[in-house]
Amino acid sequence: MGKDDVKLLSMWASPFCMRVKVALAEKDVAYEEILESDLMGAKTELLIKSNPVHKQVPVLLHDDKPVVESTNILTYIDEVWPAKPLLPACAYGKSRARFWADYIDRKVFPAGRNVWTAKEDDQVESARKEFLDILMYLDGTLGEQDYFNGDTFGFVDILLIGLTSWFPAFEKYGGFKVEDEYPKLAAWITRSYARETVSESLTSPEKITNFVGMMRQMYGIE
Amino acid sequence: MLLVEMKEEVILLDFWASPYGMRVKIALEEKGIEYKRLGENLQDKSPLLLQLNPIHKTIPVLVHEGKPVCESLIIVSYIDEVWHDKSPLLPSDPYQKSQALFWADYIEKKVYDVGRRVLWEKGEKQEMTKKELIQGLKELEGELGTKRYFGGENIDFVDVALVPFTCWFYSIERRGNFSIETECPKLMSWVKRCISERESVAKTLQDPLKIYDYYNELDPQ
Repeated sequence: MGKDDVKLLSMWASPFCMRVKVALAEKDVAYEEILESDLMGAKTELLIKSNPVHKQVPVLLHDDKPVVESTNILTYIDEVWPAKPLLPACAYGKSRARFWADYIDRKVFPAGRNVWTAKEDDQVESARKEFLDILMYLDGTLGEQDYFNGDTFGFVDILLIGLTSWFPAFEKYGGFKVEDEYPKLAAWITRSYARETVSESLTSPEKITNFVGMMRQMYGIE
Repeated sequence: MLLVEMKEEVILLDFWASPYGMRVKIALEEKGIEYKRLGENLQDKSPLLLQLNPIHKTIPVLVHEGKPVCESLIIVSYIDEVWHDKSPLLPSDPYQKSQALFWADYIEKKVYDVGRRVLWEKGEKQEMTKKELIQGLKELEGELGTKRYFGGENIDFVDVALVPFTCWFYSIERRGNFSIETECPKLMSWVKRCISERESVAKTLQDPLKIYDYYNELDPQ
């Protein structure tokens, strides 16, 4: 059996790409990372060919067949490399994981974006409240578990942990600290970062925060 | 009704005009699953709905063995996994499955979310949204190609994801003053095929005129 040819089209600041990197690392799958240039750069031919509909990263190329949309990619990875499963075994457990995946995808990054793009004080206040309300639900569902997946790091954990590299930027411009508001969630972030698969896959929050600062200047927010 | 009383049954909390609810009903019918339907009044949601779906407070909600499953496409995946021996909706091959999930997500973002906006937007904004909707539908026509259904010879997850919204097309056309059939004839042939050849679809889709009457009451012109 030949070795799998796995490539990942990614961009360094994208939390959606970071998710895929964590998943591949968790499954011990070797891959070649092909970096798209920054957001403002022209998209490569390979990206446009691999994802003609959305023209966005991440794209997983497995034996040159493209899989797109990060949550979809994680599902694919979990099925093709079934050792160390990321999703619960039972259909109900899977449906709960997918529910929270959908919630995270719909809510977290857009709300975070509202925080760092807010200009006036009242906009910042309202964006902060919205973001913290979302964290409240996540904190609630985490409960007393070590991970969203229970005892083991799994699907929902991976989907959320990539986004947390952007949290210090949201905290800076939103005027809050996750560990003050939701210490259990903050503990989960620390616990997850202790995993090599996470710490090696995520872009440093400092680099992200600088990037956000630069974008704020570009958009005339500060 | 207590959750413990629901343990033996499959129950669906639903609203008659909701295309999201229709997705679940088509899946249940395709699999021949008996279920009890509880109709919700969206203007006055039941305590049961709020208990079963406290985060989004929306229908559809499927209750199976006393446990709630929310979000229509997640429910359809769940149904497909639990009752996997009949009329499979998702392919077992991971790559083909990823393609089906991709198109279902596309339908959500480019058809449902965009189509709804045509209903209430006006002027230039509505014109742009109409163009966006037609673009999305044409992309789907491309994906359908010469196949009978998105699933090939049988309906699949993508067909189930898309077909319910088509009973809202008449309302969207009236409010947007345009014809989807003129722009996307192949897609409309697919709709007619689904209704005439699949009992699950014929039984479930609502009359577009009834949907339009309902929408007019909700948002009179």
